[in-house]
Amino acid sequence: MALDAKIPQGEMNEKWSDYKGHVKLVNPANKRKLEVIVVGTGLAGASAAASLGEMGYQVKAFCFQDSPRRAHSIAAQGGINAAKNYQNDGDSVFRLFYDTVKGGDYRAREANVHRLAEVSAAIIDQCVAQGVPFAREYGGLLSNRSFGGTQVQRTFYAAGQTGQQLLLGAYSALERQVALGNVTMYSRHEMLDVVKIDGKARGIIARDLVSGKLERHFGHAVLLCTGGYGNVFYLSTNAMGSNVTAAWKAHKKGAYFGNPCFTQIHPTCIPVSGDHQSKLTLMSESLRNDGRIWVPKQKGDQRKPADIPETERDYYLERRYPAFGNLVPRDVASRAAKERCDEGYGVGTTRMAVYLDFKDAIMRYGKTEAGKSGQDSNDTAHIFALGKKVVEEKYGNLFEMYEKITGENPYEMPMRIYPAVHYTMGGLWVDYELQTTVQGLYALGEANFSDHGANRLGASALMQGLADGYFVIPYTLGNYLADEIRTATIATDHPAFVEAEQEVHNRLNHLLQINGSQTVESFHKRLGKIMWDKCGMARNEHGLKQAIEEIRQLKHSFWTDVKIPGSLSEFNPELDKAGRVADFIELGELMCLDALTRNESCGGHFREESQTEEGEAKRDDVNFAFVSAWEHQGDSRWELHREPLHFEIVKPTQRSYK
Amino acid sequence: MAFTGLFLITFLIVHAGINSSIFLNDNGETFNEFAHFMSHNWIVRFLEIGLFAGLFLHIIQGFLLWKQNSDARPVKYLVNKQSSNSKWYSRSMGILGSLLLLFLVIHVSHFFVGTKVALYSGDKPHNLYDEMKEVFSNLWIVILYLAGVFSLFWHLYHGFHSAFQSLGIHHKKYIPIIRTIGTGYAVIICLLFALMPLAFYLGWLA
Amino acid sequence: MNLTLKVWRQKNPKSAGKLETYQVKNISSEMSFLEMFDVLNEQLILEGKEPIAFDHDCREGICGMCSMFINGQAHGPWQQNTTCQLHMRAFKDGDTIVVEPWRSKAFPVIKDLVVDRSAFDRIIQAGGYISVNTGNAVDANAIPIDKKDADHAFMAAACIGCGACVATCKNGSAMLFVGAKVSQLALLPQGAPERESRVLNMVAQMDKEGFGNCTNTYACEAECPKGISVANIARLNSEYLKAGLSSEEK
Repeated sequence: MALDAKIPQGEMNEKWSDYKGHVKLVNPANKRKLEVIVVGTGLAGASAAASLGEMGYQVKAFCFQDSPRRAHSIAAQGGINAAKNYQNDGDSVFRLFYDTVKGGDYRAREANVHRLAEVSAAIIDQCVAQGVPFAREYGGLLSNRSFGGTQVQRTFYAAGQTGQQLLLGAYSALERQVALGNVTMYSRHEMLDVVKIDGKARGIIARDLVSGKLERHFGHAVLLCTGGYGNVFYLSTNAMGSNVTAAWKAHKKGAYFGNPCFTQIHPTCIPVSGDHQSKLTLMSESLRNDGRIWVPKQKGDQRKPADIPETERDYYLERRYPAFGNLVPRDVASRAAKERCDEGYGVGTTRMAVYLDFKDAIMRYGKTEAGKSGQDSNDTAHIFALGKKVVEEKYGNLFEMYEKITGENPYEMPMRIYPAVHYTMGGLWVDYELQTTVQGLYALGEANFSDHGANRLGASALMQGLADGYFVIPYTLGNYLADEIRTATIATDHPAFVEAEQEVHNRLNHLLQINGSQTVESFHKRLGKIMWDKCGMARNEHGLKQAIEEIRQLKHSFWTDVKIPGSLSEFNPELDKAGRVADFIELGELMCLDALTRNESCGGHFREESQTEEGEAKRDDVNFAFVSAWEHQGDSRWELHREPLHFEIVKPTQRSYK
Repeated sequence: MAFTGLFLITFLIVHAGINSSIFLNDNGETFNEFAHFMSHNWIVRFLEIGLFAGLFLHIIQGFLLWKQNSDARPVKYLVNKQSSNSKWYSRSMGILGSLLLLFLVIHVSHFFVGTKVALYSGDKPHNLYDEMKEVFSNLWIVILYLAGVFSLFWHLYHGFHSAFQSLGIHHKKYIPIIRTIGTGYAVIICLLFALMPLAFYLGWLA
Repeated sequence: MNLTLKVWRQKNPKSAGKLETYQVKNISSEMSFLEMFDVLNEQLILEGKEPIAFDHDCREGICGMCSMFINGQAHGPWQQNTTCQLHMRAFKDGDTIVVEPWRSKAFPVIKDLVVDRSAFDRIIQAGGYISVNTGNAVDANAIPIDKKDADHAFMAAACIGCGACVATCKNGSAMLFVGAKVSQLALLPQGAPERESRVLNMVAQMDKEGFGNCTNTYACEAECPKGISVANIARLNSEYLKAGLSSEEK
C-alpha cells in the first residue's frame, strides 16, 4: 500500500485552518449514534475522550490502571511548551515550529509540527479554564521558564509536577463526561486486539483484568492513546505497566509502525544500583542549568568526589562543547556520558555514572546573596549556607527525591547520574489526520510517530498529547465519521468479533500452558539487556545483527519455557505481564531491524558507522530523509515503506554545539 | 458535634465561674446565693432545658458518629501504629466522652437531683455548699471527680479547636490563636473543677 | 539483610483472607520496598506458588497506585512518602514486616493487597471538575489569579489519590481527598460558578460510598505522601456550611 500522508495543500501556515474550513462535519443527531473507542487515558486519551464526549459522540474509554488518573503522563516533571509569547521575548508559532523540527534533527513531518505549534496556545487556555494551577507571578499572571533546545521562555509549569496537573485537568473533564453519560469508563481493562471488518477498525477485544473475562466492544472508530514503548529496554523512566501491546496488536492487524528505532535516552537519571532494579527515575533537565557534569581525569579513581582536586576533574561537556557546555541537547549529553563510562572513567560502585555537581552553583548563588545583603564574602560555610537556600528553592523537590532513592545528600555530595530510556519518538505511522494505515484506527500522543522526528525537545510531549486529544482529533475524526453515519452499530456476535476473541483466548491459553521454568520477569530483563547493549545509545551493524539473532532465540525460549502461574479467569498480573513482554520481544526485533536499515545518525539514533571525525552524529539527508513505515507481514517478517520528508520551510543543516 | 460542643463549652464557663465562688471562702454564702438564683430564675430554668437538649444531642451525635465511623472499616487492621500519626486523645473522644457521661450521671445524682428535690418538696432553702462539703469528704468520690476532670480535660483539649476546624475555620492567622485559647480554656476550666473537691477534702475551705 | 514478611493473602473479594509468612534473603538496602516484593514474587513463582498481587505503576511516587499498609502505617514508616519510594534502608536485618491492604468499606479488597478505589473516581464524577468544554476557554492570562491562591490551589491539587488518608484515618474518612479537590477549585476564580453544587454533590457522593466522618485526628495529613494540609478539610467544611445555608436546591 502506498503511503499517503494526506498533507493539505497550500502555505504551511494556512494548511490547518484550510483543513478545518473544509473538513466534513457530522451533525449533532448523528454524533449521538456514533460510537468511538478510546484506549488509554493519559493526556492524549483523556483529552480525546472528554472532547469527543462533549461533542456528543458515544465514547468508551479503556485503561489498564485502576483509574484513568494514573496514566504515566502524570509523571512528567518539567513543563509544557506553548507559543504564547507572554514573555515578549520573540516567541511565535513559527519559532516553536522551527525549534521542534530542528530539535527533531529533521526527521519530523513539517505540516504536523506546524499544526502542533499553532494549537499550542489554546492548550494553555483550555487547561487554565479547567483549573490547572500553573505557576504564577506575583501580579497574578502565568510564569514561564526555559527548556533545552530553545532560546525563549515558553514553558508553562506547575512546580515539578506539570504532567500531574495537566492529566488531572483532562481526567476531571473525562470524569465529567462519565457523569453526563457520554463516556463509559472501563478501568482495569486491557485491549488485546483490534477487530477489523471489511478493512476498517470496528472494535476491540479487551480483557477485564479483575475477572479475567474477554469482552467485545464495538466502535465506529478506534483511537489508540496508549503511550510509548520505552519499557522494551526493561529499565526506563516509564511506569511498570507502560507497554506496547495495544499498538503492537494494531501493527499486526495492518497498522504500519513508524521509525521504531527512534528512542530518547535522557541524560540525567539516577543510575542503576544493582540487578534488583525495576525502574529508573528521572532528574529533570532543568538541573543542567546549574549543575556541572564531570568525571575524574584518572581512570578508576576511587577517591571521594570532594577529595578530587579541581585540576584532576574532567568537565567533559564543557571541554568538548564549549559553546553549549552542560546544556547540549539530550542525545549529545547522553552519548558523551556513555563514552566516558565505557572508557573507564565512570564513578560510583557500578562505575556507570558521572557526577552532576552543584557546588559551584551553590557558592555562586551564595556570593550573590551575600553581596545583596552586604555580608562577609570570605566565610565559606556561610556563603555555602546562603547558596544552598537558593538551590533548595529552585530544585528542592528533586534533591529530596534523589536523597530518598540513594540515601545521599546531593547538597554535600555531587549527584551520580547516568542516561536512561525516557521516551520513544517512534510509534504507529499516522497521516495528517492521525489515522493509521488501517481505516478508522487512529493513534494519538506518544503512541504515534509524528511530531518529534528523531529527538524530542523537553516539554513537548505534554504539548503533543493534549494537542492531539483536544484540538486535532475532534476535527479529523469527524472527517472519517461523516461517511460512517449510515453504518449501524454492529452486533458483537459478528464473526469478526468471535474470531478475534477466539484468537486472543487461544494465545493466552497457549501462554499459560507452556508451564516452563523461567519467569516472565527474567525474559524481560534479558530482552532489556540486549536492547540496551546493542540498540541503545550507540548502535552498529554487527551489534544489531547479533541482537536480532539473540532476540529470536529469546523469543523461542520464551514461547517454550515461560512459567506463568494462575489461570485465565482471574486477576492475574503475571499473565498480563507475559502478554506484554511477548509483544516487546517482537517489537525489539523490529527496532533492531529499523536501526540496522537506517545507516545514518540522527537525533537519538546514533550509528557508529555514521559519525564525524570528532565522533559527532552525522546525518545523511540524501539517503535517509524519510520516515520508515514498517508493514508486518508475518512472524519476523516486515516490509519497509518510505514516506519521503520534504522540508519546505526549515532547511536541514548539520547540528553543531561546539 | 461542633455546634453542640461549643454550646456545652460555653455552659462550662458559666458552671466553672459560678462554682468558683466557693473559693471566696465565705462559708458558701455567695455560692448559695448563686445556686439559689440558678435554680429559681425562670429564664435560667428555661435555658436548663436547652442545656440538657444540647447535651443529649451531643451524645446522640457522638453515638451516630461512632457507629458510622466504625462501619466504615468493617475489617480492622491486624497491626495499626496509630501513635505515629495522631495523638491518643484525638482518637479517644468517644471513650473520653463515654467516661464523661458516666461521671455526669454520678455528678447529677450528687448535686442536681438534690437541688431539684429540695426545690419542689422542702420549704427551707437547699444548702448546696454544705452538700458539696459532705460529698467531697469521701476520698473515693474525690478520686472519681478527679478522674472525671481528667477525661474532661482531654475531651476539651481536643474538642475546642476541633470544633472550629469542623466549622470551617482555616485562616492561618487565627488557627494558632484558637489553639492557644483552647488550651488555656481546657487548663483553666479543669484546674478550677479539680480544685473544688480537693479544696473541700483537704480542708482549705471553712 | 534477611527478613520475615507477613503478608495479607486473599483470593478474591468474597473469600476470607489471612496473613501468610514468608522469608526473603539477601535483600539489599538500596532496593525499594516494591523491588523487595518483586524478589519475593519471583521466588514464589519458581516454587510453583501464586505470587502476591499488589498495585503499583510509576514507581516514582506520583501515580498514586501503590497502596500498602506496612507495619501499621500507610506507605510504611517514612513520612511524606509512597510505598514505591520506601527503600529497604528503613529496615534492618531480622525485621518482621507486616503488610496489609488499605482497609475501608469503600475500598473492597480485590485480591491480596489490591483494593478497589473507584469510589474516588465517582466522587470526582459528582463534581470534581470545572464545566468547560474544549474550545470554550478565554485567554489564559485574561483572569489574573493571586499567586498565593494559585500556590494554595496547587498544593491541594498535588493529591495523588492513593487513598492513604482513608486507609490511615481511624474512621476511614475521605475528607482529605475531597477537601483537597474542593479547595483547589474553590480557591480559583474559574471554579466559582459551580462552587455550591460541587461541594454538596461531592460530599453526598462521599457519604454514599460508605466513607466515615472526620473527627480531626489529623492522621491523614501525617501519613499523606504529598503532605496535603488538613486546612483543606476546614475549607471543605466551610464551603459545605456556606453552600448548605445558601443553596436553594434541596
